[in-house]
Amino acid sequence: MKTDIKSVLIIGSGPIVVGQACEFDYSGTQACKVLKNHGLRVILVNNNPATIMTDPEFADATYLEPLTPYFLEEIIKKEKPDALLPTLGGQTALNLAVQLHELGILEKYGVKLIGSSIEAIKKAEDRELFKKSMEKIGLKVPESAFVKTVEDGLKFAERIGFPLILRPSFTLGGTGGAVAYDFDDLKRKLEKALIESPIRKVLIEQSLIGWKEYELEVMRDRKDNFIVVCSIENFHPMGIHTGDSITVAPAQTLTDKEYQRLRDYAKMIMSEIGVETGGANIQFAIHPENGEVFVIEMNPRVSRSSALASKATGFPIAKIATLLALGYTLDEIPNDITKKTLASFEPSIDYCVVKIPRWDFEKFKEVDDTLGVQMKSIGEVMAIGRNFKSAFQKAIRSLEIDRFGLGCDGKDEIQNFEGDGALKRKIVERLKQNKWDNIFWIRYAFMSGMSVDEVYELTKIDRWFLYNLREIVEIENELRKIPDIFKLADENPSLAREIILRAKKNGFSDKQLAFIWGRTESEIRDLRKKLNIIPVYKTVDTCAAEFESYTPYFYSSYDLENESIPTDKRKVLIIGSGPNRIGQGIEFDYANVHAVFALKEEGYETIMINCNPETVSTDYDTADRLYFEPITFEDVMNIVELEKPDGVIISFGGQTPLKLAKVFKANGVKILGTSPESIDIAEDRGKFTKLLDELGINYPACGYARTIDEAVEIANMIGFPVLVRPSYVLGGRAMKIIYSKDSLVDYLKNEIKISQENPILIDQFLEDAFEYDVDAICDGERVLVMGIMEHIEEAGIHSGDSSCIFPPIMAEDDTIEKMIEYTQKISLALKVVGLINIQFAEKDGVVYVLEANPRSSRTVPFISKATGIPFAKIATKLLVKSSDAVIDEFGLYDFNFRNLRIKACKAPVFSFSKFPNVNVFLGPEMRSTGEVIGLSYSFGESFAKAQIGAGNLLPTSGAVLISVNDRDKNQKVLKIANEFVNLGFKIIATDGTAKFLRSNGIYAEKVYKVNEGHPDIVDYIREGKINFIINTPLGEASRFDEFAIGRNAVKYKIPFVTTLSAGLSAVEAIKKLRQGNLTIKSLQEYHTEIKFEIMK
Amino acid sequence: MKKAKLALENGIVVEGISFGADGEAGGEVVFNTALTGYQEIITDPSYKGQILIFTNPLIGNYGVNYEDVESKSPQIAGLVVYEISKFYSNWRAVGSLEDYLRKHGVVGIADVDTRFLVRQIRDKGAMRGVISTVDLCDQSLIAKAREVPKMSGLDLASSVTTDESFFFNKDDGSKFFVVIYDFGVKLNIMRSLKNLGCDVFVVPANADADDVLSLNPDGVVLSNGPGDPSALTYAVRNVKKIIGRKPILGICLGHQILALAIGGRTYKMKFGHRGSNHPVKNLISGGIEITSQNHGFAVDPDSMKEKDVEITHISLNDGTVEGMRLKNFPAFSVQYHPEASPGPHDSSYVFKDFVRMIESLKY
Repeated sequence: MKTDIKSVLIIGSGPIVVGQACEFDYSGTQACKVLKNHGLRVILVNNNPATIMTDPEFADATYLEPLTPYFLEEIIKKEKPDALLPTLGGQTALNLAVQLHELGILEKYGVKLIGSSIEAIKKAEDRELFKKSMEKIGLKVPESAFVKTVEDGLKFAERIGFPLILRPSFTLGGTGGAVAYDFDDLKRKLEKALIESPIRKVLIEQSLIGWKEYELEVMRDRKDNFIVVCSIENFHPMGIHTGDSITVAPAQTLTDKEYQRLRDYAKMIMSEIGVETGGANIQFAIHPENGEVFVIEMNPRVSRSSALASKATGFPIAKIATLLALGYTLDEIPNDITKKTLASFEPSIDYCVVKIPRWDFEKFKEVDDTLGVQMKSIGEVMAIGRNFKSAFQKAIRSLEIDRFGLGCDGKDEIQNFEGDGALKRKIVERLKQNKWDNIFWIRYAFMSGMSVDEVYELTKIDRWFLYNLREIVEIENELRKIPDIFKLADENPSLAREIILRAKKNGFSDKQLAFIWGRTESEIRDLRKKLNIIPVYKTVDTCAAEFESYTPYFYSSYDLENESIPTDKRKVLIIGSGPNRIGQGIEFDYANVHAVFALKEEGYETIMINCNPETVSTDYDTADRLYFEPITFEDVMNIVELEKPDGVIISFGGQTPLKLAKVFKANGVKILGTSPESIDIAEDRGKFTKLLDELGINYPACGYARTIDEAVEIANMIGFPVLVRPSYVLGGRAMKIIYSKDSLVDYLKNEIKISQENPILIDQFLEDAFEYDVDAICDGERVLVMGIMEHIEEAGIHSGDSSCIFPPIMAEDDTIEKMIEYTQKISLALKVVGLINIQFAEKDGVVYVLEANPRSSRTVPFISKATGIPFAKIATKLLVKSSDAVIDEFGLYDFNFRNLRIKACKAPVFSFSKFPNVNVFLGPEMRSTGEVIGLSYSFGESFAKAQIGAGNLLPTSGAVLISVNDRDKNQKVLKIANEFVNLGFKIIATDGTAKFLRSNGIYAEKVYKVNEGHPDIVDYIREGKINFIINTPLGEASRFDEFAIGRNAVKYKIPFVTTLSAGLSAVEAIKKLRQGNLTIKSLQEYHTEIKFEIMK
Repeated sequence: MKKAKLALENGIVVEGISFGADGEAGGEVVFNTALTGYQEIITDPSYKGQILIFTNPLIGNYGVNYEDVESKSPQIAGLVVYEISKFYSNWRAVGSLEDYLRKHGVVGIADVDTRFLVRQIRDKGAMRGVISTVDLCDQSLIAKAREVPKMSGLDLASSVTTDESFFFNKDDGSKFFVVIYDFGVKLNIMRSLKNLGCDVFVVPANADADDVLSLNPDGVVLSNGPGDPSALTYAVRNVKKIIGRKPILGICLGHQILALAIGGRTYKMKFGHRGSNHPVKNLISGGIEITSQNHGFAVDPDSMKEKDVEITHISLNDGTVEGMRLKNFPAFSVQYHPEASPGPHDSSYVFKDFVRMIESLKY
């Protein structure tokens, strides 16, 4: 033991938002493991229920409480930790640590900060101090100034000129960051940036747009030992946020002289800032023509890039950082992978790593999809290849955007490159804008004969990268010249082999080859195998094979020697969930990790395949064998054929693995759990409604349409409003509630392209119905309902975007009984083995089934946290052993969620502040990026905690703005208004609402809508006269007002709700908050109680 | 694309694509794990007689320039890479690596599974091998590989040392006068000393100690270099004479020669240390240096036990001796490369220590 510390508080990073994703679950989980292994008492605070780190076994006391100073103080008061480790929970944890320090809380309770010091955090995070520090050691930072007012910013601009970069202090993912090109632009953007900064301070900076950008991931111990874990070169130049840049490791275009200079600088920076026991990430900009170096920024903590660097090298940064925080030095820590060597070295890698961000712009149509200084991506993929070209193409297919490499996969927007200058002009125009899909336009540029230099001038992407992309295009062109590869394979197999092998070495997928040669993917696959072109697997070993490695962490390449030697153990392959995106986030990685844990307990060898570097599933410590590979049929099947697993699990990782069900079946792969036929029935609306008919279960009337006429006919038959969507979608993509024939036609013409191949589904929309999510486990014969979650909002809002309460509080017993009965019927009819999630709606006492998904759901981790029962693990065990044995193991004899006293509330978290111009109203299309949980014994308190945790800081006094649509001018809104009046709030309302309230005896101050005159709503918000907003959307009518209210609420961080049910819940919550005395209980304490409750 | 083959003495033959010069070259096949600095590495005279495999699969990306050389021209016998970049991008680049190698007659092979070869060497030890673009017959190449002289017992320093003594950028204003024994000296050793105020005079490997002492230098540096130190009996003899008379700094081969001069032994390592990421523990300060290394022989610590010598540095990877100092005389040495180039600058203090030693003895 290196320290006298006996207990450590770890702060997690909270909900997933743009700029802060599940990489902090990975790092936090590692930290918890290290601390527990050292016999320390671990106290963890994180209100994100979908994390592995908040599983009760990873800490001694796990608090799923909001990440605010108030709750932290309460927890510290109760737990009295000796130390706080704030460097593993992202910016959130670091900011909280600073706040706790500034409020004197750390000092008051004698909590020591480890892993970093307040001084170091401030020096690194506060740009003014950072700039001073850099100047002190003679390093250049861009010319800049801190401003607190718009006037100061304009003065700076007069001196420096444009363009200028604006960076608000202390924000996530560069929130509020922008580039200003002229004075008007600066005025507008600076105003926003000032608001984004919690300390109302913005850095205005000389722009280095177009410079080369690098990052070093470094570590330092208390004895001043320093290492660089990984160098990262950004494919995209300065001007595009690193989180939105394609990045490559190791750096590719620096000589040793230039690289060592960065290393020297990094070492000086670490020592100047005073990072003494941990890791940091330092960003540099290098002038492409003369090598001039600027320091851009430093994160004195584990970051997104650290997760990437850890996965890219096999060097576990978070784990080592934790050990350093405990006082170890690098030479006292063994390298897990080689066992014989130590952590005090710099990893060498013999492959190339490419990260590509995953954007979800189709969810945010209003968002400008140009990349800039503000991060917009939701997730990321990483790919490993022996060369840049293969890693790049693999990364593209890992994205799951239905692309299979750098174009030539049949999905290219431009297929014909013959001819006129118009095309070239179009390409030039596109390349001038930094769109996320520019990589494909670079291909078009090369296809149409543009040179590397021309493309460089437009993009400032280093010529070396561009040259490599052009090589991919050249290989494609050569492949196209072969008229018939099959004929060639017959006549000259060795030549055919050479040609295909070269393509494969450069990352071409079978799908691309199939497209080039007009064949099917399986024909190419067969030919490839006939010619003995199969991938080998190389090891990620931190040391470029210099030492033997003991961790089976692999990636594919088309080389000579295969290092992945399958064992003869009983084994199961678990297919990962790929990149985070809206609708498929960390919850599915959580379930997969649980599947791994469960199978390990049952004595199976576990094999994981995934391509998301942020996850716990891609930690080499999680599964027995890890393949860092794209999740496509080709890549997965190659592993299946090598490993020959006894079974494959596809029902835990969301839609990604599930999509492979059919091809797996066709290729004789044994799928554990629910059969592909059943999955198909559940996903195919026609088959599913037929099943519901047979079972006598209600569902909203619906129909398929393949033409606009058909759609109108069906909608008329069902009756408006209707819910319309393309079939087979994720997260309700392009789903919409439509109230009239005209808007239906408009939607089908403009928003989704209806066709014979792409039919649309039209559902009856159950207006004002209550919605429920039910999760259950089935062994094919018996069904266990894990829980029913009651949505707070009425039907029409995507379940992923709804708040919900578990167990239900409003539902009638009959409704619950019906849902349980239907769940049982459907599960048995589908012969589900494993998990199933069913969504219900109840209107006027009738229960309807909306959809059923025979797989792990978004809510499985939520229910597991609320009940203490690891349902994902249980469901996994059902796949490999008898259900009686499973029931025995987990004591599930009489589990009945209705006996639970706990009230768990879930609230979605949006990243609206990252997406200017996005409408904040909820709808059938999911747009939340994460979620939080609130736990207590009352609905009001749990809702309050969830809202606070989600950043909606409910006020306990002040003024509430009410502006509701006509449908909502009802008893409910009166009740809400009355309650607020009783609580002493002032009511402010827009004209119509005010009249309605007044006519019902409630005094409301009238405020102008936008454009009605001043002061209007926005003025009120800006002036801080409004503390809470209830604003329900007007449907399809003028949205301008709502839009302005919503955006300004986001901007000025005023809590708001957009449904009356949420408003009513907020009243309950505010009442509880005013009473004070909130429950501060660890998960372990709740779970101990629950054990007694369910044994009743 | 022209074919080339690489054969190892254990019978392994791989086929790849030729780059650089045509022809045939034999040597001891070794690997280097550095991620940057290929130009410095291939121009390091310590690689004389060796076919080099880069574990970094992407080589040539930033081209070559005039500054990043450690001697006048490439020294390696042959080069093995996974992928040679046909295109280079860097503001200092003046040409491609491929052209540079071709111009200097270095045979290269690309598009081979370098990791496979590295694993072979790691498991079986450094092996002799041949790269050829002219003879593609496996059996013939294997036979040729077995004909390549073994590294043990080989004096390669004499083939890379300077013929004539010379001043490195003579500067009369320098504070100190240092003689470097050139066993294959890297330019950056000279530059490093120069930067610390030393006037640097380079003498051939076989320069007589009496002649060197007659120059009355403030200090003597025993440089790095290729081959087996135990074959350099003449150097060992000369160094024996210098010990105690002048402050000595030994680097790499020079460190091994110093060890031999005090009666120690050296041995051939299985596959040596070559890379820029080698952790070395400084036993005096307790600190860790990430060092640049390039050695296939090492000093046997058992042979040092009875001597008046202190082991000052060890490798944290395998515990081998990485530095020592004589207890009774002003002389110390390091097995690694404090001049870096390529590699981290963590150990630049070695030169400062040497200059401080010189200074303390001078005044």
